[in-house]
Amino acid sequence: MAKPFAMSSLAFKLAQRNLFHDRLRLVATVVGIVFSIVLVTVQLGLYFGFGRMVTTMIDHASGDLWIIPAGAKSFEDPSPLDERNRFAALSVNGVFDVTAIVIGFAEWRLPGGGTTPVFVVGSDVRAPGLHPWNVVAGSTDALAIPTTVAVDQTYFERLGVTGLGATAEIRDQKVEVAVITKGIRSFTTTPYVFTSLDRARAYTGTAANKAAFFLVHLAPKANVGSVQKRLQANLTDVEVLTQAEFRERSRTFWLFDTGAGAALFAGALLGVIVGTVIVAQTLYSSTKDHINEFATLRAIGSSGRYIHQVIIWQALLNAVIGFTIAASIGYIIVDQTAESALPIVMTPALTIGLFALTVFMCVTSAIAAIVKVMRIDPAMVFTQ
Amino acid sequence: MTIHTIATQQSTAVLEATDVVKVLGSGAGEVRALKGVSLSLAPGELTLLMGPSGSGKTTLLSVLGCMMTPTKGSVRICGHSTKGAGPEELAKLRRDHIGYVFQSYHLFPTLNALDNVRLALDVRGEHGPAAVARAKGALATVGLAHKLKSYPRQLSGGEQQRVAIARAIVGKAAAILADEPTAALDSQNGHAIMEVLARIAEDPNRAVLVVTHDPRIVPFAKRIVRIEDGCIVGEERNVAQHGSTQHDGDIEERIVDDERGVVVKRRWMQR
Repeated sequence: MAKPFAMSSLAFKLAQRNLFHDRLRLVATVVGIVFSIVLVTVQLGLYFGFGRMVTTMIDHASGDLWIIPAGAKSFEDPSPLDERNRFAALSVNGVFDVTAIVIGFAEWRLPGGGTTPVFVVGSDVRAPGLHPWNVVAGSTDALAIPTTVAVDQTYFERLGVTGLGATAEIRDQKVEVAVITKGIRSFTTTPYVFTSLDRARAYTGTAANKAAFFLVHLAPKANVGSVQKRLQANLTDVEVLTQAEFRERSRTFWLFDTGAGAALFAGALLGVIVGTVIVAQTLYSSTKDHINEFATLRAIGSSGRYIHQVIIWQALLNAVIGFTIAASIGYIIVDQTAESALPIVMTPALTIGLFALTVFMCVTSAIAAIVKVMRIDPAMVFTQ
Repeated sequence: MTIHTIATQQSTAVLEATDVVKVLGSGAGEVRALKGVSLSLAPGELTLLMGPSGSGKTTLLSVLGCMMTPTKGSVRICGHSTKGAGPEELAKLRRDHIGYVFQSYHLFPTLNALDNVRLALDVRGEHGPAAVARAKGALATVGLAHKLKSYPRQLSGGEQQRVAIARAIVGKAAAILADEPTAALDSQNGHAIMEVLARIAEDPNRAVLVVTHDPRIVPFAKRIVRIEDGCIVGEERNVAQHGSTQHDGDIEERIVDDERGVVVKRRWMQR
C-alpha cells in the first residue's frame, strides 16, 4: 500500500513536472494566489491592526477594574460619571485606590492660526492611571506642571508644533508641549493629547466633580471577581468591568457594531474566493490538458488515492510558491504601513494562519480537478 | 479423464472469459458489443485477437483487462473474478495482474524512460532503489538499457513502444494486453516490437494477448482468435513461425516473407 504523500513517490515528481511544464499557466496561477493572499493579508492585517488600535488606551491603562457609565460602548464614548462613585468605590472592601480619567474632544488652536480637533486624555499624574507611553522626549512627571501636555511626534505637523517647549491653545488656554511620544496614534486620526486630570477637565469643559471613567486598583490579595460584584452592587447607573471585559466591549463595538470589521472580513473573504476560483480554474485546465496521462495512470492500475496525491501535490506546490511571494509582499506592506494612521499588523500566528488558509484554498481548489479525473473511463486510452 | 483435463486448463489459465456479454449505451443507443464470448489465455502463449473495425476487439480487451465489467458472463484474472468489482477493485486487479501496451504508447512526456517504467511500480506502492533496479532491468529486457534518461520526445516510435512494453512487464504482470502495438510503427520497428512481445510470451508464467488487424504479425503468434460482430468466429493455432496453422480439423500452411513480414502464400490441407 502506498504511503500517503510519500516524497519518494513519483506522484510528487509528476505533479511538479505537470506544474512546471506550462510556465505561462504557472505564472498566471501564482499571480492569482499572490493577489488573493496579499488581499487577505491586508484585510486581516487591517482587521487585527484596527482591533489592536481601538483598545490601545485600555491596554495601556494600569488598573484592575473599570467603572464606566452604564451602557458605554467604548473608551471613546464619554458620558460623565459623578465623583460620588469614586468615593463609594473607595469604601468597598478590597479596593485600594480609585483614580479618575477624563476624556473628551477639544479644539487645538494652532500657533500659526486655525484649529484642529484633539482628543484629550487626563488622569492623576501622581497615581497609576492612564499616562503617555513610548516617551521619546521629556518626562511624564512634567505633566504635573500646569498647562503642560504630551503629544505624539506623528502629529507635529497637524498640531503646528516642532518639539518640546512648543505652545498652542486649547479652549483659549495656553498649552505647552512637555512630553513627546512615538507611535500613539488614534484610529480616528484625531491626535491624542495627554495632560493632568485638572487640565483635562478644563480643556474638555468637564465639571470638577465629573469624570469619564474610574480606574479601580485592588488591595493586595483581593479577589477581582468578588470586588467587581461588590462594586456593581454598591454603585448605581454604572457598570464595573475588568480590563479584559472593557477591551472586548470596545473591540466588539468598533469592529462589529460599526460594520468596520465586517467590511474588512468581507474583503478577506473576497480574496479567498477570488484565489480559490483562480487556482481551481488553473488546476482544472491543467488536469484537462493532462487527461490522457491521468487516464493512462488509471489504466495501469493506479488507485484513486494515487491520482489525488498527484493533483493535491500540484495544489500544495501552488500554495507554497504563491504564499512565499505573497508573504514577502505582505511583510513589505506591513513595514511600509507601520507609521501610518492604521498600520497593518502581521503576527507569527497570523502568518501561520494565512499559510494554512492558502493550503486550504489550494486543496479545496483541487476538488473540481479530482472530480474530473475520477470520472475518467480508463478505456479511453484505447481510442486516444 | 475429460473432466480432469478441463480442471487443469482452468487452473492454468491466466485470463478466462466465459459467455461474456457486454452491452454499451442504453435505450436507442444500446449496442451489444460482445455476444457471449468465451476466451482463455494460457501462460507461455502469444495470442492474436483479430477482427475488422467494430467487431468488438477493443471492448473485449477492455473487459479482459478489467477496465469494465461484463454485462453477463464472467471474467477471471489469475483466479480473481471481476464480478461486482467497483472502479477501485478493478484498478487493483489491473495493477496486480495486467500490463498494458497501447497503440499510441501513452508515455508521460515529462518523465524520462526510467521514470515512465518506474511509474508502474510506483502506483503499486513500490518505491526506492529496488524499484529503480527493476525498472532498469525491464528496460534492459527490451534493449533500452542505454536510454534510461531519455524523454519520450527523444525516442523513436519503436523505442517509445519498447518503453511502454517495459512498463507493462516491470510489475511481473501475468497478462500482457497489447492494443495494436505495431499500428503506429513502420514494418521494421513493428517486427522488432513483435519479437520483444513474442520473447516475453515465452515466459511460462505470462500470457500475451495482442489485438491487431495487421497480418504481418501473424507469424509471431502461437494462436489466432478471430472476432466478428461481437462473437468469436474462429481460432487457429500456429505450430511454427513459418509452419502450419490448425483450423477446425484442417491444416493451414502459411509461407511468410520475413523481410516484409507478410503472408505470401497459404494452403489448406486435410489433417
